[in-house]
Amino acid sequence: MTDRTSEALPISVRNITKTYGRVHALDDVSLEVRSGEFLTLLGPSGSGKTTLLMVLAGFTRPDCGSLKFGDREVIRTPPHLRDVGMTFQSYALFPHMTVAGNVGYPLRLRKVPKTEIGRRVEAALETVQLGGFGDRRIDQLSGGQRQRVAVARAIVFEPRILLMDEPLSALDKKLRDQMQIELRHLHEKLGMTTVYVTHDQREALTMSDRIAVVNHGRIMQLATPRDLYERPANRFVADFIGESTFLPVSRSGKDVLYDGQRLLCEVPQIETDNLLLMVRPERVVLSREGPRDGVNNFAATATEVVYQGDSFLLHADLPGGGQMVLRGAMRGANVTALPAVGESLTLCLAPEDTVLIDGSER
Amino acid sequence: MVAARINETGLRRDERLEQLKLFGLGLPAMLLILVILVIPVGWLFYVSFIGADGTFSLENYERMLKRKSYARIFQTTFEISFLTTGLCILIGYPLAYFISGLPTRIANLCLITVLLPFWTSLLVRTYAWLVLLQKRGLVNDWGISLGLWDEPIKMVHNMTGTLIGMVHIMLPFLILPVYGAMRAIDRDLMKAAANLGASPKRAFWTVLFPLTLPGLFAGSLMVFILCLGFFVTPAVLGGGKVIMVSMQIVSNIELFVNWGAASALGVVLLVSTMVILWIASRFLNLEKMTGGGH
Repeated sequence: MTDRTSEALPISVRNITKTYGRVHALDDVSLEVRSGEFLTLLGPSGSGKTTLLMVLAGFTRPDCGSLKFGDREVIRTPPHLRDVGMTFQSYALFPHMTVAGNVGYPLRLRKVPKTEIGRRVEAALETVQLGGFGDRRIDQLSGGQRQRVAVARAIVFEPRILLMDEPLSALDKKLRDQMQIELRHLHEKLGMTTVYVTHDQREALTMSDRIAVVNHGRIMQLATPRDLYERPANRFVADFIGESTFLPVSRSGKDVLYDGQRLLCEVPQIETDNLLLMVRPERVVLSREGPRDGVNNFAATATEVVYQGDSFLLHADLPGGGQMVLRGAMRGANVTALPAVGESLTLCLAPEDTVLIDGSER
Repeated sequence: MVAARINETGLRRDERLEQLKLFGLGLPAMLLILVILVIPVGWLFYVSFIGADGTFSLENYERMLKRKSYARIFQTTFEISFLTTGLCILIGYPLAYFISGLPTRIANLCLITVLLPFWTSLLVRTYAWLVLLQKRGLVNDWGISLGLWDEPIKMVHNMTGTLIGMVHIMLPFLILPVYGAMRAIDRDLMKAAANLGASPKRAFWTVLFPLTLPGLFAGSLMVFILCLGFFVTPAVLGGGKVIMVSMQIVSNIELFVNWGAASALGVVLLVSTMVILWIASRFLNLEKMTGGGH
């Protein structure tokens, strides 16, 4: 397979709605996927992310809306004429065909000459590092190998769009980490527009150019991994991506207060009565010598201390009734003595880590 | 130094005792099979080689080869069995496909209706067809009053009636294994085929159909073998004009009191069934080897 033989296509989703009875699986979803982009649909189960992917593949017929691959409107095109590659959560490999039979299947349907099929199948298998596996039966393969065959079958006919439905969810963690990097490299090499569905936020952060967080059939936020983590649009996104604790804050003129204490931070321009301070555990700094200058200091009492090998977790109560979690590195003074439960501490948050967000759930 | 092997004898005795208990559970059934199957079948073989004068002879088998009527009977038996199996596939396979695509609850309801005929006796079902299909039966009455045909059509006491009754009775034996095979197929496979460019028709013939073959083989085999030895339905609906091996066995005993001839027919039926099973099992193994048996 020669690289980038066909140009990637952009995908344009406009106002797609899909209801099952009274449930909105997709609620007026619009989304532009740039050509060659790796875009991840991230959300909890039942959020609508898989429904959206099935609409892209043509397996689910929406109530209304428009879907374009490049300039071509495909919303009424049946799946077998859409010409997109896809991998399934269950891999969906044909058990009655060999590895080569599976990978060659889309080429046989396209009436590619036999000798060329052989050549392209082997090339696709090389691409996923399964060269020479053509004669194996599917039930002789491990989970990781099946995953690779599924990918080879999806890319062998050089589609310009690739859809992936939780492709790594059945693999163990080590293999999953390895495959994430491999799929990322494959995408860089082949350059096809890729829409990837997962419920694993770390996987999404690792692989994607951009991430669309989906919930209740709507896109909550569409942003790069960094923006999504640093500036979540609302409480749902902040909660779903990474760990965080939230503290209720109030406005007072231009200032923002927590428990009467003015916070050093950049006040966002959001219209909401429900403003929250988002605290990422790894951004909190433990101070054993009392308040520091130039940061937000919170007096706290440790309620739980958990040793986790490379780091430790500290849960603390704040005087205002709030709670804060701190993740600290196991080095320096912490190695010899972790804070004890009941100990009074000062938790520090730098102004740039003091992020205020919209507290709404949707 | 040899490591201490504590409790070795006791543990081994426990193991053997457990195996013995398992064997004991199977023993009554094995005895039953010996008494009601192995011994009578042996007796059947023995009797088939006894001639009219009470000594060893091959006359019972020679008669089958010599008389043309026997050839006809075997031909009819295999013809009916083949046709019934074929019709069951034609009717049952699409139905199983349809049911397997329904939501589980509705599919289960459909399966119950498929099994419903088993709750009534075979004889009742067969006579019901006689009532429906006879010259002044419901089917002829309606057909004529609707203007579909003018004269009553002869639908019983012939091959047509026999086939209608046989297909009706055999259908569940085909539908159930085919349905089971279809239900076991991952629905994503059909989606994958479509995604890779296969039209619904191509996807069916290249993916779904090959994967249902083991179920189809099993169902067809069951129907075919049951048909070979069938008696009640062809006897009632065939009206004496369609004679199958089982019916000849009955008349050999009831009319001619010739146990030897009847036994020889039984032996031939049994052996041909076993040959068919043997051939079919080779096919089924082939299926497994290509991965279709999953």
